[in-house]
Amino acid sequence: MKGYSNGESMLTKKLVIPFIVSASFIYLIPSPPLACSTARHRPHCASPAPTAAPRSWGSLNDPSDHLNIKNALRDLKLQKMSRAKADEDDYWNSSKFTLAFTFDEEDDDYTRLKESKKAVNSISALADEDDDDDDVEKVSWSGEPVGSISWSVKETASKLRPAGDSRELGFPKISASPSLPKNNSVYSLSSLFKAKTKVGGMLSSSDSFSDTPARHYAPELRKPKCEYKDYISNWSPQETILKMQQGKVVSLERFQSLQDKMLLLDKAVDGHDGNIITAILIYLKRSLCKEVLFRELVGRETALRHYIHYLKESGEQKVLLDLFRALGRTEDEALLQYKHHLTITDENKRRDFLKTCLGLPFSPEDSLHVQDHYTLLERQIIIEENDKQVERTGQSDVFKRFPRKASILNMPLITTLYYSCFYHYSEPELAEKQYFLTALAARAKLKAWTDVDSLFTTRNWLGFTKKKSPVAFQRVLDILHKNNAPVQVLEVYVNLLEDLELKINMAHKFKCHDVIINTYRDTKDKKQLLGYQKKFDMSSAEHKKIADVLNNSVRNTHTLHIRYRHTQSLYSKAIRPGCDDVLTVTFLLSKSVGRTEVWTTS
Amino acid sequence: MSPHATRRVFTSKGQTDGCSPPLSLIPMAQSIRRDSPELPDFSLLKRLARDQLIYLLEQLPGRKDLFIDADLMSPLDRIANVSTLKQHEVDKLYKVEYKPIVSTSDQLCFLIRPRLQSVKWICDVVNADKAAGKFRRYKLIFTPQKFYACENVLEEQGIFGDVTTDEWGFHLLPLDDDIISLELPEFFRDYFLDGNQRWVRTAGCVLHLLHSLYGPFSKVYGIGRCSKMAYESWREQVEEGEQKGRDGEIGSVFLFDRDVDYVTPMCSQVVYEGLVDDIFRIKCGCVEFGPEVTSSDKSLKVMLNSQDKVFNQIRNEHFSNVFGFLSQKAKNLQTAYDKRCGMDIKQIKTFVSEELKGLKQEHRLLSLHIGASESMMKKKTKQEFQELLKTEHSLLEGFDIRECITFIEEHINRQCSMIESLRLLCLLSLTENGLLSKDYKSMKAQYLQSYGVDHLPTFANLKQLGILVEQPTGETLTAMENKVGKLVNDRAAGKLTDAFSSLAKKSHFRALSRRLNLVPKSDEEYDLRVPKDMAYIFSGAYVPLSCKLIEQVLERDGWTGLEEVTRLLNGQEFAASGCSEADGKARSDTQRTILVMFLGGCTFSEISALRFLGKEKGYKFIIVTTAITNSARLIEALLDNRA
Repeated sequence: MKGYSNGESMLTKKLVIPFIVSASFIYLIPSPPLACSTARHRPHCASPAPTAAPRSWGSLNDPSDHLNIKNALRDLKLQKMSRAKADEDDYWNSSKFTLAFTFDEEDDDYTRLKESKKAVNSISALADEDDDDDDVEKVSWSGEPVGSISWSVKETASKLRPAGDSRELGFPKISASPSLPKNNSVYSLSSLFKAKTKVGGMLSSSDSFSDTPARHYAPELRKPKCEYKDYISNWSPQETILKMQQGKVVSLERFQSLQDKMLLLDKAVDGHDGNIITAILIYLKRSLCKEVLFRELVGRETALRHYIHYLKESGEQKVLLDLFRALGRTEDEALLQYKHHLTITDENKRRDFLKTCLGLPFSPEDSLHVQDHYTLLERQIIIEENDKQVERTGQSDVFKRFPRKASILNMPLITTLYYSCFYHYSEPELAEKQYFLTALAARAKLKAWTDVDSLFTTRNWLGFTKKKSPVAFQRVLDILHKNNAPVQVLEVYVNLLEDLELKINMAHKFKCHDVIINTYRDTKDKKQLLGYQKKFDMSSAEHKKIADVLNNSVRNTHTLHIRYRHTQSLYSKAIRPGCDDVLTVTFLLSKSVGRTEVWTTS
Repeated sequence: MSPHATRRVFTSKGQTDGCSPPLSLIPMAQSIRRDSPELPDFSLLKRLARDQLIYLLEQLPGRKDLFIDADLMSPLDRIANVSTLKQHEVDKLYKVEYKPIVSTSDQLCFLIRPRLQSVKWICDVVNADKAAGKFRRYKLIFTPQKFYACENVLEEQGIFGDVTTDEWGFHLLPLDDDIISLELPEFFRDYFLDGNQRWVRTAGCVLHLLHSLYGPFSKVYGIGRCSKMAYESWREQVEEGEQKGRDGEIGSVFLFDRDVDYVTPMCSQVVYEGLVDDIFRIKCGCVEFGPEVTSSDKSLKVMLNSQDKVFNQIRNEHFSNVFGFLSQKAKNLQTAYDKRCGMDIKQIKTFVSEELKGLKQEHRLLSLHIGASESMMKKKTKQEFQELLKTEHSLLEGFDIRECITFIEEHINRQCSMIESLRLLCLLSLTENGLLSKDYKSMKAQYLQSYGVDHLPTFANLKQLGILVEQPTGETLTAMENKVGKLVNDRAAGKLTDAFSSLAKKSHFRALSRRLNLVPKSDEEYDLRVPKDMAYIFSGAYVPLSCKLIEQVLERDGWTGLEEVTRLLNGQEFAASGCSEADGKARSDTQRTILVMFLGGCTFSEISALRFLGKEKGYKFIIVTTAITNSARLIEALLDNRA
């Protein structure tokens, strides 16, 4: 095993074992002192897997070993022979890209691969005899001989600075990018490794190499201005940027007028160095009031994006929100604020926060999504509270058999649905009613009558649609009526009422004349019909209809008869074991014949 | 085994089993064609980085504890080992975890990426020490560079001067002979989503470094705004510094912005290396195979590069060829072991001393890759990969879009992988130039219902990046434009088109695909064993746009003739050449060594495609990338559903 190993003598019992080096990587554990006792364990040891103790190959003469290999090889041979089948490769030769390759277990080559695997594994007797030095599994510190370290830094530097030939390469500027004039500075970048020749700040304590040309740089304000004022004060914005790019000490304090500041910023942007652009922005942030800075950033897209990025990275969310607001980027503002919920761990606080998000200036569609998020979490909190209780008290069988792996809080909608189907499938009544009433109220409010219709429509296995509701249709009618549903809509649901008296009452209430007339017709109540007819003008459609009904009572009976037969045939079809619809059909047959109107072929 | 296939016989050099596999594989790095130049030696980069780190550690003499940023650990692992650090008086190593520290050392060294969060944490550490009256020395080493914003935090937190800061210019990590990574996955989001240009200069530095060590470059091509800026930054640095005169090892450079082609990285990878990356996640050239692969109870970390002889032969292969190859390899291995049967003692001795070790190593590699293939197969079968691929191919072809939408919808409704669903939506949007408004609204709603409303900001990000958008209502314009176009003559129609296209900005995948012939005709047979073009990396269904552009530009020595294509890609292309081209012919090998730099990441599939292109045209490609990426990494970088 290469490198520094765990064979290193232990420090003291008191000391931690900060790293344990396996063959592959540094393993770092800022472990508490206790860890000492288990010092030698190597959790991810990547050393080869010699299950048996290494044996030397000299032992090949050892009969037992020999036998092992022989057996292994015989196995191999047998396999090889059995595989002397037709050339599967033709398959691949005739490949076409869409069919070329199937990730399919049945695949020929896959089988072949499996066989090769077996073959290779069967000679594992040999594989166990690994020497350490040819280990490929090991990702060793790839260090070259330690001696090479003596290659000193000076050597490195001299290698990089070959004899004085300073041939210029004539690479041209490219048009689109603004560029800077050639710099006359004596500072040379001949050494590629700038850091080698500089010390980090002026107050640096890393002084051992102070004789090397130090690159001092510090943003500004570090020393009293007067100390270096005279030798830098005359730098133009352009020169200043250039010096900064070279890592030299500059003072930005000199740029006091707004015009100078902006000139400086624009020059920085022209230099394409994000580091410098950000540095200037930090200075501007300190030396300009927010409103002015924000105003100036409008129209300076590059600078603006750097500023936003800087604010994000340094976690100054408030300033960022102000910025978005000032720029009129309301959606960004809303999203940023919304993102804050991710940092809230308490679910109730999170829900309350989401509620405050509902009023944020999202785009209309996002606004709906956030609304969904809020409602979902609200429900999840209720479910979670309930289920935790149920689980703890062991009331429910399904929780006992399948204990919950995680809380449902903050899960996506589909996961929540899955969860509900998993744990609460057998108790749909409440949920279904809740859903119906909520959905009905919402869709009715929007006067989306087709949506309302589809809420009740279910399709049975015969392809017929029928209307079902978990709540009484009377209740449905109330809701619809309150939402000013037109008579045509109400009629449909009045017709669904099973109690005749109730039906007539409701029909009267909602003025569903057709329903009333039909009902009287079906109950053959001539007296009521005549009485009802009197309510209408002679010229009205209703008056005419009642007259028609009374005149055609014979033909009407016939129609009813046909309807009845139709229903019967449905009934006979429906009689199959296990079919829910049998009940429905029976039920329908037992009720008034007018009920068949509910049935419509799809 | 396959008498019909055209054979490309291996050079048997380095084949310990003594028989070359008669498969039509493309042994990329192994059999070097006469006209493919040798690769420069990039291990120098590692040495430079390590020596610089040592130098920096020596800046803080005496024993010290070292805290390392989590995502710097693997890269560091590739260039140094613990004993190196020990020798320079590093006592203990810790991972940066943003928690109070337990170190007792009186010197602390922090090796971090220049992130405000890390700096803030260090400030907390220092301030806590101050409050406890503990005196320590602190050193912050930023890599690859420090930002003013970081120093600003030090200043604001009142510890500027209490700590020393330095930069470790660890810009480039060679992951393989032909792949160099900046290991900066955040480049993608920072630049392409947030529009932050802080890594532009870093990219310029990288070019400068490579130019100084392996240059001078003769030509630079590029496409994309970031590429342009990186080029400018590099050029300025060349002007600042001195330039040495020597023969270069790299000829041309191609700079490529990821946003020029989002379609390619959004496709499922089916080339072995890409597939391994999609499924197991190759991290810093290393993959962890779980127990399902190793057929033991342990996980193994495995380096995947050209040193692995078996891997090297299958990495660029379409997955369907891999089975055949591995079976053949197993047979060969068996034969090699078999040889031993009739041997006498002396022969066995020779066998053991000369061949056995190689055989054993091959054996182990083989069982590992068989295990991996098997496990990948199982996973892909489970998730109906075949149907998924079919959908992707339909999208690329622009065929049966309604059916694709239904497939994606069901994928979402069944709550299949959240990333995968987003990937398909993005692919749909990218290829169809956005979704119809009603589709967009309904898909978004269903997505939020399946995976949580917290993904709202994610959708905002995807929209901002332009990879999942509603179709511009200007579609009606296009329809009108087509009608008008038929009525008037071509020239007038051209003008009209220009006028209209300025109104409705489009992603032009369909038009590009037609113009560059990216989707081969589906009624043609495509033999994946003998690929005829780069489309083989996507089962013959699609030639990656990125690689096709590179091919075209190299072929034409510039952008001439590609005007329509660049117009469809929103311009930003450039080509520049250095003037010192005197010794032209002598360096013809160099001219065919091409460095392609992907800003924002590239996929293993693209690398495979370029290796194939190099093989066909006699180029040698060196891939420099800000990070290795794939669809999942791209999408994860854009997620915003976590605090």
